[in-house]
Amino acid sequence: MKPRVIHLTVNGEQREVSVSPNDLLLNVIREQEHLTGTKYGCGIGECGGCTVHIDGQPMLSCLVLAVAVDGRAIVTIEGLARNRQLDPVQEAFLDHSAVQCGFCTPGMIMMSRALLNENPRPTEHEVREFLRGCLCRCTGYVSIVRAVLAAAERGAGGEERS
Amino acid sequence: MYIATNTHILVAEFDYVEPTTLEEVFWHLSEHGPQARLIAGGTDLLVQMKMERKNPACLISLARVLELQGMTSNSGLTVGATASIRSLARSEPIGRHYTALAEACNAFSTIPIMVMATLGGNLCNASPAADTAPPLLAFDASVALVSRAGQRVVPLEDFFLGPGQTALRHDEVLRSVHLAESVRGAGSAFVKVARVAADISQVCAAVRVVRDGDHVIDCRIALGAVAPTPVRAHRAEAFLTGQRPDRGRVDDAARIAGEDTKPITDVRATQEYRRHASRVIVRDALTTAWLRAGGRELK
Ligand SMILES: Cc1cc2nc3c(=O)[nH]c(=O)nc-3n(C[C@H](O)[C@H](O)[C@H](O)COP(=O)(O)OP(=O)(O)OC[C@H]3O[C@@H](n4cnc5c(N)ncnc54)[C@H](O)[C@@H]3O)c2cc1C
Ligand code: FES
Ligand code: FES
Repeated sequence: MKPRVIHLTVNGEQREVSVSPNDLLLNVIREQEHLTGTKYGCGIGECGGCTVHIDGQPMLSCLVLAVAVDGRAIVTIEGLARNRQLDPVQEAFLDHSAVQCGFCTPGMIMMSRALLNENPRPTEHEVREFLRGCLCRCTGYVSIVRAVLAAAERGAGGEERS
Repeated sequence: MYIATNTHILVAEFDYVEPTTLEEVFWHLSEHGPQARLIAGGTDLLVQMKMERKNPACLISLARVLELQGMTSNSGLTVGATASIRSLARSEPIGRHYTALAEACNAFSTIPIMVMATLGGNLCNASPAADTAPPLLAFDASVALVSRAGQRVVPLEDFFLGPGQTALRHDEVLRSVHLAESVRGAGSAFVKVARVAADISQVCAAVRVVRDGDHVIDCRIALGAVAPTPVRAHRAEAFLTGQRPDRGRVDDAARIAGEDTKPITDVRATQEYRRHASRVIVRDALTTAWLRAGGRELK
């Protein structure tokens, strides 16, 4: 099982990393790229804490082999803010106290961002449907849904950089 | 299911190859022998490997094989094996002509799983609870299995042999799924019962009826998570075919479908619950499919 070199775009920057076939994208993001915003919850696809965007699509980095994303563009929670300016979704989470312990927050925000990219004005039902794979132990979800709707209202839809 | 394994890493060591043509896939399959496994979205296989229930020496990725991608309409619809569940859920022709399949894909646990999971993986993993299986059985789907020796087409009903067991030989790849052409007067529906929206089915059912006037002239009823494989309810189908449906007849057909299930008790539901819920959801799916076929409100 020889390590091999792969090329990734991580939050807009070209990266070259050496990975083994059994390295998960999540481990590479956290341990090699030192981007620890993306969380390791369950490891089996059930909590949404590890959600990142791969070529613009929300995926679970705990179930993606790093070797399989050679050449692709990854955006993590650290990549949403620009020029020290938070993404409107991040702002809305702060304004609506949609963060308690914060463990689910990166996944929630990456999913919310993905939703608004494809559907800039979702209904409450559409928000709940889209976020159904993100588990939150603290908030009871109400403030999270409110934050996403508020971000949409402020016109937060539209494409992110990749 | 939740044994104390560390699911944060993959302990197993393996090789990984990423062929771009079927020919290369066949070459790797023969080169690495039965120790090799195909991987598509990985949402079943990587979980099984993390749980140390599967331990392949080599993973052959199908993600970049062009011949397995895309969708074409040709007296019906042919869907490539690596089409994502989300692409099916969002497909306009599937929503219109194969409504039950679109509903099953939309009911798939979560959005990121739908993005990653493939149709071929759902069928080849052969879980009795695979959500796409009942609607595909209801649409008389067949699967194209290819190897160096050529292609064979197998009706989906003959593809599933048991939990995790299919008619695939080791040297074969599921290339595509073919759905029969939709006919006039047809309507379909899928109903799933799960503990929470983001879980796999406790039971699910898909129904397709073809209506002529007030009569059912053709009917398919298929269920998931009620037997070792996804199954058709042949007796209930025969009971309704040629009949003029009313509430009583639909109830009776649903009861027959429920009686013919062979469910087990597991963490998700008991045998009794599954049998009872089968009857309820077959009734609901039949009623919805009949209305979608343009049938009159059942009395
Ligand atoms: C959190 C979570 C939720 C889930 N929810 C659901 C749900 O609601 N409903 C549901 O039905 N399933 C669900 N699943 C199961 C899984 O996502 C699906 O079965 C999915 O469709 C599998 O596709 P895949 O591409 O990820 O398969 P993989 O894991 O890549 O492959 C599965 C198996 O099929 C074989 N295989 C794959 N493609 C081919 C091919 N073309 N030819 C031959 N063999 C092939 C592989 O060798 C492997 O053995 C869930 C899984 C997780 C982790
Ligand atoms: S850590 Fe990936 S879904 Fe829970
Ligand atoms: S804020 Fe604690 S898990 Fe969501």
